[in-house]
Amino acid sequence: MTTKRKSTKPHRRTANAPENSFVAGGFAPAPEDASILRLDTKPRRLLIGGKWVAGASTRETINPATGEPIATFAIAGPKQVDAAVAAARRAYEGEWSALPAAERGKLLFRLARLLQERSREFAVLESLDGGKPIRESRDIDIPLAAAHIFHHAGWADKLDYAAPGRRPRPLGVAAQIIPWNFPLLMAAWKLAPALATGNTVVLKPAETTPLTALLLGQLIEEAGFPPGVVNILTGAGQTGATLAAHPGVDKIAFTGSTAVGKAIQRALAGSQKRYTLELGGKAAHILFEDCAIDQAVEGIINGIFFNQGHVCCAGSRLFVQEGIADTVIRKLKRRIETLVVGDPLDKNTDIGAINSPEQLERIQELVAAGKAEGAECWQGPQTLPRRGCWFAPTLFTGCSQSHRIVREEIFGPVLAIQTFRTPAEAIEKANNTPFGLSGGVWTDKGAKIFKVTGALRAGVIWANTFNKFDPSSPFGGYKESGIGREGGLHGLHAYLDLHHQSPTMS
Amino acid sequence: MNRISVRKTHKLYIGGDFPRSESGRTFRDGEAEHAIEASRASRKDLRNAVVAARKAQPGWAAAPPFLRSQILYRAAEMVESRAESIAASLATAPGTSEKSALAETHATADLLVHYAGWCDKYQSIFSSVNPVSGPFFNFSVPEPVGVVGLVAPAAPGLLGLATALAPALAGGNTAILLAAPGHAATALAFAEALATSDLPGGVANILTGLRDELLPHFASHMDIDSLIVHNTTRDQRVAIQTAAADSLKRLTFPEPGRDTPPPYDILNLQEIKTTWHPVAS
Repeated sequence: MTTKRKSTKPHRRTANAPENSFVAGGFAPAPEDASILRLDTKPRRLLIGGKWVAGASTRETINPATGEPIATFAIAGPKQVDAAVAAARRAYEGEWSALPAAERGKLLFRLARLLQERSREFAVLESLDGGKPIRESRDIDIPLAAAHIFHHAGWADKLDYAAPGRRPRPLGVAAQIIPWNFPLLMAAWKLAPALATGNTVVLKPAETTPLTALLLGQLIEEAGFPPGVVNILTGAGQTGATLAAHPGVDKIAFTGSTAVGKAIQRALAGSQKRYTLELGGKAAHILFEDCAIDQAVEGIINGIFFNQGHVCCAGSRLFVQEGIADTVIRKLKRRIETLVVGDPLDKNTDIGAINSPEQLERIQELVAAGKAEGAECWQGPQTLPRRGCWFAPTLFTGCSQSHRIVREEIFGPVLAIQTFRTPAEAIEKANNTPFGLSGGVWTDKGAKIFKVTGALRAGVIWANTFNKFDPSSPFGGYKESGIGREGGLHGLHAYLDLHHQSPTMS
Repeated sequence: MNRISVRKTHKLYIGGDFPRSESGRTFRDGEAEHAIEASRASRKDLRNAVVAARKAQPGWAAAPPFLRSQILYRAAEMVESRAESIAASLATAPGTSEKSALAETHATADLLVHYAGWCDKYQSIFSSVNPVSGPFFNFSVPEPVGVVGLVAPAAPGLLGLATALAPALAGGNTAILLAAPGHAATALAFAEALATSDLPGGVANILTGLRDELLPHFASHMDIDSLIVHNTTRDQRVAIQTAAADSLKRLTFPEPGRDTPPPYDILNLQEIKTTWHPVAS
């Protein structure tokens, strides 16, 4: 499979790339060895009620860096969804609820430890299946996933302290639909609080990145979770829709696009099911003249090129105060020129492969729209590999608020730059969007930080840093970026019924 | 000759003013001889109320919590001082005695006092300094969701209004409250108490009208951030949730017997904002 060349094709490609065509930036190749995965050709199955079973059909998952198939996985149909929900219900009403909270927590601690032990394997698999640089899967995705499970494990027997005056109870069966940009990390974000609070789960990984969730399923078995506590249904959008609409589900947790989030809210109409949605973003990243420019440039790079820009909280709208705009843009271009784009498994790589041909098309479409609407496009000089899905790091200057590249989530390595004169103007422009997931502020003035972070209508604000995550730190959006929080004390509430009064309250 | 009494025109409460419906329409609200001609709010009146609420919201959210607290306390004072006239209006509802109406009015004043006390406390309860692994100071605080639509419960007529409104206002939101059928006169009496309580115009807006007519517009309005609707049927919930999806409104359909007590009802109308800042090594 190769991606079609389009008139808007991002960048030149080398003809007849040799085997080491991924190597760029003057570094000797340093690829991770994928043989650790012991990949075989057996089709991957679904985990339902503690058994690995076949689905309604099968599909191949593709390495986006090469276009080559990695493995065959199952597509769960309505029958498998029924079976998984029923298994989750049985486990909820049986063994799982009977288990003392501290023991429940110990199973999660075990799972976190198992994941840490096999983190290298998970990192390689994540990069192979999804295209993200091994440096990120190794240093961020997998350690954070393990940390998330470990953190929540400790909550299991302390839930009474999470809601003063209440006697929290679990909700029941949680359907969790996760995206392809952080496949294992998002699975951990969802599984850990659901299980710590005593719910059972049916997890639906994304269709382009099913493999690490299935491997996690093996660890869940190995850890000794009762059958049916976690069920894993790979599949496509239809599988997720069937699962979300299933009458046996008490709670839905979804991470993905705003359009699908709205469709889920419609599909749940009248059901009284609880739901949390973690949706799109278009974060404003604001640089004031008094900021530390070199550090801010690193922050911008991390903000938009982390995970190829496939990040809902990516700093995709840059606002630079006029006096430093030329300097910032010059430094930014120079820094982008040093980024290594190429083999996700190479430890030198900064920007890996675009996750799928569909996503590449979406990026190409929006970049073409940016040019057509009159913004000025600049792209990094990187030579892109011939096969697979790639996009060069891209900047747009001369953007206006009405441009599609400023209004719409691109979910790729594309930054739209605007300038401003006063803090009030920056705040006004930053908030002028239906999204409200994240934001960034760079200034050396403490009072200005709090003025701006307080005024931004978004759920996560990074001041003099960007794209930092932690299990104890709540994450989630205002407005059309979602409903509810994940992580931290506030994330627990999404999986708890707080209608019951604590017996100690009068 | 006996004195001719001065009767009241029953109007809406929008942006601190008492306008008639822009549509010029009224509807008959209440039972038998107690029925009144109440203003029948239109979709346009709702929009006007949302504009007023949106305009007032940043100022109300930015007001010092101690000030919000004092203003809600002042609202309680105004309800108390008008208790007899408010209770007289409430007592016209079927099944309500004068005695129970007065008790409900006093309970309403007490409820406002209770929420006045929450204005500067729920933040401490729901805020956290998060122990992140790394050289960062990281904290989470609640912030008001913004403009809230409230469709009042059918009963109790007065206490229901205050129970819906107080958590929204205590939390720095502004609100558009639709009175329940049969309680238009009581809702207006309550609005008059609020209007004399130093509550800035637009913070609380109260509409009377036909629920079925206005519900779809509450659900679909793109500038209402959250909506709480009491006494819904399943069909109504389907329609509201479907229409509300485009604006990703935060929806609550309170269920009988499953109350959300304070301060969790305040939290229900808050967003959590998390801020990160590096700590120098």
